[in-house]
Amino acid sequence: MREELHRFFRAARGAGVRVSPAESIDAMKAVADVGFAERGILRDTLLLTLAKSQDEKQALGDCFDLFFSQPAIPEETVPDDAADSQGAPAPGQNEPGDDADRPTPQLGDLAQMLMSRDRNAIAAAMAAASNAAALSDIRYFTQRGIFSSRILQELGIERLRDDLDALTATNPGDAERLAAALEALRENVREVVNQALVLYGREETENLRNEILRNAPLARLERRQVEQMKALIRAIARRLRERYSKPRKRQRRGHLDTRKTLRRNAAWGGVPFLTSWKRRHRDRPKIVAICDVSGSVAQVSDFFLLLIHSLHEVVDDVRSFAFSGHLIEVSDILDIKSPEEAMSEIMSKVGFGSSDYGGSFVDFEKSFLRSVTPKTTVIVLGDARTNNLDPRADILRTISERSKRLVWLNPEGRMAWGWGDSEMPRYAAFCSVVRQCSTAKQLERAVSDIVAAYQ
Amino acid sequence: MNTHLPAHSIEAVTRGLASAGYIASKQIATAVYLAEKIEKPILVEGPAGVGKTELAKALAAWRGLKMIRMQCYEGLDEAKALYEWKYAKQLLYTQILKDKLGEVLGGADTLAAALGKLHDFGDVFFSKEFVEPRPLLQALEQPRGCVLLVDEIDKSDAEFESLLLEILSDYQVSIPELGTVTAIVKPTVILTSNGERDLSDALKRRCLHLHIGFPEQKLEERIVESRVPDISATLRKQIVGFINQVRALDLKKLPSVSETIDWARVLVLLQSSELDHETVKDTLNVLLKYEADIETTMPQVTGFVAKAGRPGVFG
Repeated sequence: MREELHRFFRAARGAGVRVSPAESIDAMKAVADVGFAERGILRDTLLLTLAKSQDEKQALGDCFDLFFSQPAIPEETVPDDAADSQGAPAPGQNEPGDDADRPTPQLGDLAQMLMSRDRNAIAAAMAAASNAAALSDIRYFTQRGIFSSRILQELGIERLRDDLDALTATNPGDAERLAAALEALRENVREVVNQALVLYGREETENLRNEILRNAPLARLERRQVEQMKALIRAIARRLRERYSKPRKRQRRGHLDTRKTLRRNAAWGGVPFLTSWKRRHRDRPKIVAICDVSGSVAQVSDFFLLLIHSLHEVVDDVRSFAFSGHLIEVSDILDIKSPEEAMSEIMSKVGFGSSDYGGSFVDFEKSFLRSVTPKTTVIVLGDARTNNLDPRADILRTISERSKRLVWLNPEGRMAWGWGDSEMPRYAAFCSVVRQCSTAKQLERAVSDIVAAYQ
Repeated sequence: MNTHLPAHSIEAVTRGLASAGYIASKQIATAVYLAEKIEKPILVEGPAGVGKTELAKALAAWRGLKMIRMQCYEGLDEAKALYEWKYAKQLLYTQILKDKLGEVLGGADTLAAALGKLHDFGDVFFSKEFVEPRPLLQALEQPRGCVLLVDEIDKSDAEFESLLLEILSDYQVSIPELGTVTAIVKPTVILTSNGERDLSDALKRRCLHLHIGFPEQKLEERIVESRVPDISATLRKQIVGFINQVRALDLKKLPSVSETIDWARVLVLLQSSELDHETVKDTLNVLLKYEADIETTMPQVTGFVAKAGRPGVFG
């Protein structure tokens, strides 16, 4: 049973409940006290000792139910079997007689088990085979096949095949039944493996999927991935927020502030009774985000705007602008509306046109240049493809001079910069940083760097 | 554990708590049973008024132990929670020392000799006599053990949590000048939290995590029965039924068990034997603590009363 508990801990970890070794020891101790007799009490005990929050309790409770419902799987064959035996009650009854009549070829263990419909024995054999195949090591959905075949191997499928061949020759009726039973067995094994995957592999599978997603180019997402990506972006935003919004105590001691100390102690003739320490100056600049939402980069800027705006707790003052042909301010839209509504509204207002960087910069200079102060970090997101219109790099220069930092995020690869109508090299001259930003990972890193400047 | 052995079964815990007037759900009883068996503190979370603090009181009453309560608040520090030096007494001591200094140092000719004598004199300044024990230290010093209730831990600062860690895991406290004070008898520790902020993992890890939600209807009826024995069975059923319907509403502050009990008491005082919507409307302020909540509930009262009364009609 100890073994069983260990497996449950692994399953719990798979369900996202962080079970430390110390906690598992506590749980072991507690379980040793209460015993396994009553399921409800066992459940309560494990929830009490392992879970550390209401969410974890929920997850762990589900995991518990799933885990200890495993023995139910062999029972699922009951209807199958029952149907089978109802459909053909005669052969089942005849069996002993048949055996007596003529010498059947000696059957292997598995075949005997299947023929005798000994459910308990099958369940036990299945459990043993799963253990031998180290089923709890399953992590990814791609491993389903290999684990299934390993379990079948352990169960003795090869011998069964031989038996089946032999039976087909001698006793076709029995062979048919055995074949049906084998099919049911395969089905069972598949179920067991699937359940194990749900139990032990959930987190890993999700991690793998997220990892793939994080590195997928944002501009070429498939429709079904967009939803997942939104969830991922939300998670990234949450993580960034948690990391940077925590009011950390600044290290106060370290460097003596000589001037301040002398001033404070002037009353004592300069004898330093009270000391003053230098505090690190806290820099709280503002962010102005200018996003290209023309067709080619729209999706990237979607996610970018979402990310910036979900960081409101960290960033004091954000103003966002969107442009393709002309430029408008979108701060309010993003503030008030839900992400989906906001995006569709922005798109309907300025989206999908062909981009005119020069014209948009002129718009910006005319109406919003005041929002750029020496404390401002300006972030421009776009591919710098001007459709051969005047790039007006001079305005970007003004912005760069007025601001603290000018960061350009380009969804295109470095190789493409400067080719065709891309004016990136000309713009790059006035930027503090230019980075490629085409995947969620790069986006996260870029925003993280920008926000890190606040700390 | 010399004076009180841990209960031998979960049922015994349930019975024991019931004898102290606390009707525990199975989960609560399991938690208490385990806390005594594996000697871990219980961290109780849940909405206000579901009986988190009451659990500690009942446990102390049942065990016949002293209950030491520490109410947490923002700015609570170790001087108020753990121990403090008795500064006034120390000052007096220095005065006395000054007077007696001549006697102590009598006969010493040189400065070195005087210093030597002073060293021999012993360092009583930071000794046990000058320590003022605060709740946490008191709890460790109880000769018979006690129930230590750390109430509303979420209100305290994060630093205070770290202070608790040593006590929670090892039942000991380190005082730099004196050394380590270990519990004579390990106290049963109960921490409560309203979930105002997330507690640190280090703290959670050291505790059994118990969440008390609103009780089921049957359980709540039994709680009311034990707390307000004068109430008639019909009224009890109706009250609990009514409150359960109110809890389904979207309110700012849902009525919890303590409100149910208060309301039951009020209705008994008003000598009503059945729930009717007039009385309900008059006494709704016992149940709901916000004007907006009362406004939301008011139009529904008649329907709720009818629904809650139905079992009473048939049964």
